[in-house]
Amino acid sequence: MTFAASTLPTDEATFAQLIFGAPLLGAVLLLFFGKRLGKLSGIIGSATVGIAFVFGVLSFMDLTSIATGHGENARVLTKSWFTWIEVGDFNVHMSLVIDQLSIVMVFVITGVGFLIHVYSIGYMSSEENYGRFFAYLNLFIAAMLLLVLGDNLLVMFIGWEGVGLCSYLLIGFWFEDRANATAAKKAFVVNRIGDFSFLLGIFLLAVSAGTLTFAGINESAVSGAIGGSMATVGALLLFGGAAGKSAQIPLYVWLPDAMAGPTPVSALIHAATMVTAGVYMVARTFPLFEAASFDVLLLVAWVGGATAVITAIVAAAEYDIKKILAYSTISQLGYMFLALGVGAYSIAIFHLVTHAFFKALMFLGSGSVMHALDGETDVRRMGGLRKVMPITGWTFMMGWLAICGIVPFSGFFSKDAILAGAWADGQYVLWGLGVATAALTAFYMSRLYLRVFEGGVVMPEGTHAHDAPPTMAAALIPLGILSLAAGALNFPGGLTFEHFLEPVLGEPEVAHGLTAWLLGGAATVVAVGGIAVAWALYLRAGGLQVRDRTERMLGPAVRAARNKLYVDRTYETLILQPGRDLAVFCTEVVDRKIIDGAVNGTGKLVAGSSELLRRLQTGYVRNYAAAFLVGVVVVFSILIVRVAA
Amino acid sequence: MSLPDYLPILFLIILSTVFALASMLAASKLTPKRVTEAKSQPYESGIVPETGLDDRERFPVKFYLVAMLFIIFDIETVFLYPWAVAYGDLALFGLYEMLVFVGILLVAYAYVWKRGGLEWAE
Amino acid sequence: MDFVAPKIALSGIAPEIALAATALLVLLADAFIGDRPRTLRPEHGSARPGSGILGNRWHLPLLSLIGFGAAVYLALDAWDRVDATGATTQFSGMIAVDGFSVFVKITLAVFGALTILLGHEYLVRRDLEEGEFFALVLFSVAGMMLMASSADLIVTFLALETFSIALYVLVGYQRSRLDGQEAAMKYFLLGAFSSTFFLLGIALVFGATGSTNLYGEGGITSFLATTPAADLSLLVLGAGLLIVGLGFKVAAVPFHMWTPDAYQGAPSPVTGFMAAGSKLAGFAALLRLLDVVLFPLRWDWRPLVIGIAVVTMIVGSILAVVQDDIKRMLAYSSIAHAGFVFTAVIATNDRGISGALFYLATYGLTIVGAFAIVAVLGGPEERRTRVNDFRGLFAAHPLLAGILTLLMLSLAGVPITSGFVAKLVVFGAAVEAGYTWVVVVGAIASAIAAFFYLRILVVMYMVDAEVAEEPKAVMGPLSIGVIGLSAAATLVLGLFWSPLIELAEKATFFAGP
Repeated sequence: MTFAASTLPTDEATFAQLIFGAPLLGAVLLLFFGKRLGKLSGIIGSATVGIAFVFGVLSFMDLTSIATGHGENARVLTKSWFTWIEVGDFNVHMSLVIDQLSIVMVFVITGVGFLIHVYSIGYMSSEENYGRFFAYLNLFIAAMLLLVLGDNLLVMFIGWEGVGLCSYLLIGFWFEDRANATAAKKAFVVNRIGDFSFLLGIFLLAVSAGTLTFAGINESAVSGAIGGSMATVGALLLFGGAAGKSAQIPLYVWLPDAMAGPTPVSALIHAATMVTAGVYMVARTFPLFEAASFDVLLLVAWVGGATAVITAIVAAAEYDIKKILAYSTISQLGYMFLALGVGAYSIAIFHLVTHAFFKALMFLGSGSVMHALDGETDVRRMGGLRKVMPITGWTFMMGWLAICGIVPFSGFFSKDAILAGAWADGQYVLWGLGVATAALTAFYMSRLYLRVFEGGVVMPEGTHAHDAPPTMAAALIPLGILSLAAGALNFPGGLTFEHFLEPVLGEPEVAHGLTAWLLGGAATVVAVGGIAVAWALYLRAGGLQVRDRTERMLGPAVRAARNKLYVDRTYETLILQPGRDLAVFCTEVVDRKIIDGAVNGTGKLVAGSSELLRRLQTGYVRNYAAAFLVGVVVVFSILIVRVAA
Repeated sequence: MSLPDYLPILFLIILSTVFALASMLAASKLTPKRVTEAKSQPYESGIVPETGLDDRERFPVKFYLVAMLFIIFDIETVFLYPWAVAYGDLALFGLYEMLVFVGILLVAYAYVWKRGGLEWAE
Repeated sequence: MDFVAPKIALSGIAPEIALAATALLVLLADAFIGDRPRTLRPEHGSARPGSGILGNRWHLPLLSLIGFGAAVYLALDAWDRVDATGATTQFSGMIAVDGFSVFVKITLAVFGALTILLGHEYLVRRDLEEGEFFALVLFSVAGMMLMASSADLIVTFLALETFSIALYVLVGYQRSRLDGQEAAMKYFLLGAFSSTFFLLGIALVFGATGSTNLYGEGGITSFLATTPAADLSLLVLGAGLLIVGLGFKVAAVPFHMWTPDAYQGAPSPVTGFMAAGSKLAGFAALLRLLDVVLFPLRWDWRPLVIGIAVVTMIVGSILAVVQDDIKRMLAYSSIAHAGFVFTAVIATNDRGISGALFYLATYGLTIVGAFAIVAVLGGPEERRTRVNDFRGLFAAHPLLAGILTLLMLSLAGVPITSGFVAKLVVFGAAVEAGYTWVVVVGAIASAIAAFFYLRILVVMYMVDAEVAEEPKAVMGPLSIGVIGLSAAATLVLGLFWSPLIELAEKATFFAGP
């Protein structure tokens, strides 16, 4: 496999800039005229994303059409606008690339993004800053597209920072509430840590590889031009960035808080797209990870596995519907990193796709529930809602079954493939973690689904639940269908999806034959077991007693889980408090006394001396003449000293 | 000539300054001060002023204007004397130069006249 | 005593002669042609009834402009001659005919012509005397030109007095304005005061060298060349006083005290003319004197000039910050600019001289435009010249505000304006000569200076409900033309500076002994 883009026959990507330009145009339009456009902004916002999707389809057709001419590897379309940085031999072009990997991401972003935009038309209808919301949302889509379309790390980094900014803006969309603003800040700061690592990685690679294009980096990684240890550090730094954006241990704490944003935002940014940027980035640069002398990939796998299990445990103890979904998202992202770590890159992407469908669906479903129940998010105050709001209920069921990994829902295929990949890689412990996560996932999602949608109808007092309005339903139904059927993309027989990505990501090593069937069976059994336990505890008559008993038995563990395993508190004590102290020290002593002192001092010096000099300007000619004379005397003195010396 | 050669001059400057200041100081300290009417009267070239102290009038600005114009043209005639003395040597060149000089004066004169600078009353 | 009639070659001072002759013609035309109101009305505000915006005495400015045209033509003619045969001296070595003087003369003629255009409209609007104004401008430009080509200290003094006396009158031209009267009086008294020092300087130089001539046989240059062992202390002291006298004209600290008062009190077209022309003339004499004639003595005078440059840059910039009146502020800014030009004088290399020429030419074009804008906004007696009076200018006159922005940015030395290029050139020359630290001081002063230019901009673009009176520009085609020309020059020379710089470099050659 070669990666040198320059040696490959590449074709011009006609639509690349249009894909990302359409939502950008929408964002600019809405930012400036959002207020005046009123309700029209929702339609404009959705339409531009829809247009981007259409351009994605056109690009896809372009991409497949050239395949016949040049063979599989040649499926690359590039679009270079201008040379951005040119220092000696080091060039960075502002260029986009469309290949199998980026087109998949484009489809996810524009497809799911479009549905969520449509959903938002209904969901945000009573919102005052309607236009601004869609402007941010469009801007996000544009930045995300730039992220996945960029053909080098720097362009990706622009998108990376862009989505971070939009995430910040949208989490804090209702910034009037202090808690939301704090959550936004937290997301931003934690992401900065990752971004900083990413940036360091970019610098390092620029120096060691002499290029920032993915093709160039990957090629130098394969050819060994980047030394093993250099590759290790580079890969670790990149992974640091990925862990920040994709909410992996230890940087996942921002994502649950990010649920403060409007629910469509949670669905789009914090489930389907932005948080998967880390996965995408690692997949893009996997040869670098493989070239590392230290097994960075194993670290990736372990971080993913650990994150998956730990956050699944926390999710099982949460009562807030959105927080459950948030922890679930982190856990599923852990899955994807697990897949990356065991070398099953295309499967990680596959899970990314299916997860985008079913998790977006469930977020939107939960949004529909909140919409109906006046913003209620506590699952303990809900029940039997499927009878009240059938569309939401049925579609949510699709998502539930998909994430639990029940045949033939999409989640089964992607999750099963990950577990099979881990097994085939010989990482049995990781496989165990994956299975445990699968069980936990089935349990907590069933707990959520069964509590909210099944059993007797429970609603907070004074609310009149109603089903989703048409625009929201219009998003839920397609996503429900996709959650059910997306597995078809990569049925075990054809493995269409894997083969499609093969030129970019290589062929994953997975279990075959009987092992595959056994592994799939085991996963299904575990999933069904999880569902059964949940059913027993939450739906079956007398479940409450069992629950009490279990909770007492697992006392400390449950308490720990309820307290998010004390992670936030630990961070608070170890990092935030000392940091705050340092900040106080800096503002009180360094800034106020030293820096402000210097700055104000300079200002005062200028103003003061100015005032002093101004006083000399009395307006009396005699004083002017005296000053003149003083000047002459000074001149004379200087010269006399000069000539005497 | 080097700087030290000028030292006597410097001493002279200092000496004269000191002497002047000292005599002024002595005069102001030693003289009796009696204010009389005559002393307070404006000095008009030794002629007894026609106006008394009580109704001192301001001189019209025309007075100064005419005085200045007189001086300017008067001084210009002064330049004619040395020219006349050296006229023989200067020959034609001197004549042209003086024509230019007088021509310029003439323009000024014409201007002043035309603009009413020489009219005493409007 | 035998008299030898000098060989009459007039090409060196032909432009001056043309201007002086035009001035006389203007006076005659003023007196004899056209009807004039019998009484001069000191009231103002409206143009004379029945006359267009150009006034009914438009032949006077036209005549003046023809004079400037002739001066430029004659200067170019002289250029052709010196370009072909090299620099010479005329009038028994009292007039230098070289590229340097020709460049300065043409620049001065442009400043003068702009002042005529601006002045005409200004005077018509305020119902003021015109003929004398034009004659005075013509005379003073003639004096300034003579400064540039003077090769004898006596001629320098004559030139200095010629343009100064004309300027004293011009400053107080609007007699109804008390501050104008006061300004003229102060300028005159201090000018006379400084002239005495200049004269004393000439006397000392004469005492040291036995000559007031710069180049001729037995002149200062040959004195310096032939008597290396001589004690030069007296010459150095004399040079110091010459620097004082010329420093007064270019508004160098500490001889700058007259500047804000005179700039504020003078009619704005005159202020612009002073800032552009007076500075150029003063520096022309300084450059010839220090960088050429006294070049062998540079180690003696340079510390002094460095001190003046540094103090001038800093004091000018700092004092500008606290000014509330835009004319005073521009006055201090002009002081700071004098300091910047001094850095080029310090450099004592060809780049410094050509850089100073470029600087003064571009600065003059910019500052004339700036004062033209002040003039059209100031009202009949220029009472509306406080910084706060510019509040909301952008809303009232967006284009004018835009142009003022450009001019201010140029004065601040922001790229793509001529001011930036000019600073770059003079600072570059100083760095080349090894005076980096002076340039650093200059950069700091520029940074301080940027503040007050920006202050005007901020005020201009502010839309404030509390605007007591919206800025109101009263301008006719001449003002618009001058402002537009100034803006165009500022921008074009900021983008395509090389022709003018090359011209200045080409013109940097001097008459020698």
